[in-house]
Amino acid sequence: MAVTFRIYRFNPEKDAHPHYREYEVEPQSGWTVLDALRHIKDTQDGTLAFRRSCRHGICGSCGMTINGVNRLACETQIATLRSRKIEVEPLRSFPVVRDLVTDMTPFYDRYETIQPFLITTKSPPTDRERLQSPEDRRKLDGAYECILCGCCTSSCPSFWADKEFLGPAALLKAYRFVFDTRDEDMGARLRIVNDKHGLWRCHTIFNCVEACPKDLNPTWGIAELKRGVIRQRV
Amino acid sequence: MIEHTHDVVIVGAGIAGLYTALETSGAADTAVISKIFPTRSHSTAAQGGTNAALGNMEEDSWEWHFYDTVKGSDYLGDQDAIEILVREAIPTIIELEHMGVPFSRTPEGKIMQRPFGGHFSQFGKGPVRRSCMAADRTGHAVLHCQYEQCVKRGVRFYNEFFVMHLVVEDNVCRGVIAIDIATGELHLVRARAVMFATGGYASVWQINTNCLANTGDGLSLVLRAGLPLEDMEFVQFHPTGLYPSGILVTEGARGEGGQLKNDKGERFMEKYAAAKMELAPRDIVSRAEQTEINEGLGIHGEARVYLDLTHLGKDVIMEKLPQVHELGIKFAGIDCTKEPLSIQPAAHYSMGGIPANSDTQVLADEKNTPVVGFYASGECACISLHGANRLGCNSTLGCAVFGRRGGKSIVRDLPNIRHSGVSEEHLKAAEAEIEKVRSGSGGETIAGLREEMRRVMSQGCHIFRTREGLEKAVASIRELQKRYDNLQIEDKSRGFNTQILEALELGHQLDFIEPIAVGGLAREECRGAHWRIDFAKRDDEKWLKHTLAWKTADGIRLDYKPVSITRFQPEERKY
Repeated sequence: MAVTFRIYRFNPEKDAHPHYREYEVEPQSGWTVLDALRHIKDTQDGTLAFRRSCRHGICGSCGMTINGVNRLACETQIATLRSRKIEVEPLRSFPVVRDLVTDMTPFYDRYETIQPFLITTKSPPTDRERLQSPEDRRKLDGAYECILCGCCTSSCPSFWADKEFLGPAALLKAYRFVFDTRDEDMGARLRIVNDKHGLWRCHTIFNCVEACPKDLNPTWGIAELKRGVIRQRV
Repeated sequence: MIEHTHDVVIVGAGIAGLYTALETSGAADTAVISKIFPTRSHSTAAQGGTNAALGNMEEDSWEWHFYDTVKGSDYLGDQDAIEILVREAIPTIIELEHMGVPFSRTPEGKIMQRPFGGHFSQFGKGPVRRSCMAADRTGHAVLHCQYEQCVKRGVRFYNEFFVMHLVVEDNVCRGVIAIDIATGELHLVRARAVMFATGGYASVWQINTNCLANTGDGLSLVLRAGLPLEDMEFVQFHPTGLYPSGILVTEGARGEGGQLKNDKGERFMEKYAAAKMELAPRDIVSRAEQTEINEGLGIHGEARVYLDLTHLGKDVIMEKLPQVHELGIKFAGIDCTKEPLSIQPAAHYSMGGIPANSDTQVLADEKNTPVVGFYASGECACISLHGANRLGCNSTLGCAVFGRRGGKSIVRDLPNIRHSGVSEEHLKAAEAEIEKVRSGSGGETIAGLREEMRRVMSQGCHIFRTREGLEKAVASIRELQKRYDNLQIEDKSRGFNTQILEALELGHQLDFIEPIAVGGLAREECRGAHWRIDFAKRDDEKWLKHTLAWKTADGIRLDYKPVSITRFQPEERKY
């Protein structure tokens, strides 16, 4: 059963404007959108550019907008899209480098802004790991699994409207550290995110929750941070 | 050509490369070059855990870990290096936790550990919980933490730069040449010390667990620089690649109690390793599965067997194997809490690679002469930690311990290494190589050659090998290398030209598969993952030695060097 892939193309060396090209593919059983893209590049159009690596949803390279929804191409089974026409575009609102490749610098910059690393002042025990109870460790579930794919931030209308908004991924990463009982500078991080371009730009639209291919819930993490800011404790 | 100068240049940003960067960046001008954004490195896909004899859940000892690793290597591992691996495992894992890795925790708050294949207590008795885990996302947890630490320390990255030429002259390494993928421009990066941490190569087989970026580039560049590769014929086939994709299902699933079954519902490991069953080392389990499949006992006669987790219960699976559960549903449509997963052996890991000593200095010959200013760690290196077969969770460990150790080693050596000149011929060679590929308008396609290469390797260089099969493979590889000169390149652009990158990667793969096949053809014995069924057993008298392979104008030249045996004399290897 043939499926038409309508793919966003833009090569700044050749094209004045972005345009779309259509490719016919006969997907084999179990094929993902990434399988189809690789097949198109291998057999129909070697100029198609896209990022990919692990093929199983852990590296975060292949975030794209597929039939209007942000997904990982490698995890999107063609059959589940239930459509003979599949439109593939680069993640919204990041500058396009070429075809489906976006410039992720704005995304990585925001991640770096929230100080994404454990901050400690007390020396750890010399011969042993720091202890952390399983209950405390569970607080990191739902945040540490983030693969930095960009699907959430790119789907967020607040991010589209406010170029300084930290965005769901960076804020969920801030949650990961604020709520890690081993971290010792909750105050510093809460000060960074307690900003009109930080936590308060989240208007609980929930596009990020829909978009996350790892089923994470940035809106929840942001709400926990807001509560932390208001109470000045977590 | 644009030029940069640094003291230390690290190629590859996985667990090994980033640990080196964390060690050197405080002491020297360091730059990390990676062809993909660092957290996309394949270390992130490691699932089960990283070994250290912490003894958090039951008694354990680095000496038992030492014995297990040596025996697991089928006695080809260098014991002086392995002793360092298992002893330094303990402070290294503790340091990782101090950096912030979100390990799973025991009720007492210590790092949780799980059993894994090949790891036993008291020199080979019962399974022991040695693998330090973060659910089944340990690689992801460790790599992201290391990258976060690099951000904290302001480590300099050249991201999406593809290193395609290594500059070594008169046994001194002087730097690398890389393509800035975004623009297509070539950059010369001079360094006093270069560390290769470029990862594995298993994507040259049809069914493999590897990511598409794992094209073993560092291995080819070393061959082209006139240096040897070591033990290339030893490649690990992981027993549990998901069927049909080959996507990794962690050995931790068997560690938690998962069982392997054939079409008759039998736990067939009883026939092959009656004592250790599913927790025997990977080479033994993969051979067992392949034998069952070859004898028609695969599920419905197909090339797959069952990994049954249903008896573990949903709670255990969701807490300890959540990613396995997710992968089963997304890539095979199977909920492993309700039905068994179909799995098959999948090419996974390279035991061989760039020869290096336990200070990670790259070695130029069978006398172990170090190359000045050149280092290697992680999967691309052969130190040799894993000999003829690697135990699970020892790779992420090797990356961490020797990435760290390599960094310390570089800092120690730097005062005695100065910058050396780079002759024009290297710049010209790099430019010529790219132009040759770009201008390609022959009859061969990248995909066509790549599929052919995978077919050749899967037929001639697989789990069970014969002289005839390997001879055919060697001849086919040489054919493919010639056909590579006739590539068709459609994309002539400069910016983000992934077709040229794929062509260069294919060229690298066609280089290093030759020593795999030639080394395998020469080694007439069964040891670890290299199984010559025309020889039926291990031959310590003739073959207890490491293979070294050079690429010359007349083909691959082989030589050998001794194995370091310090504590454990080779014995019969039974499980």
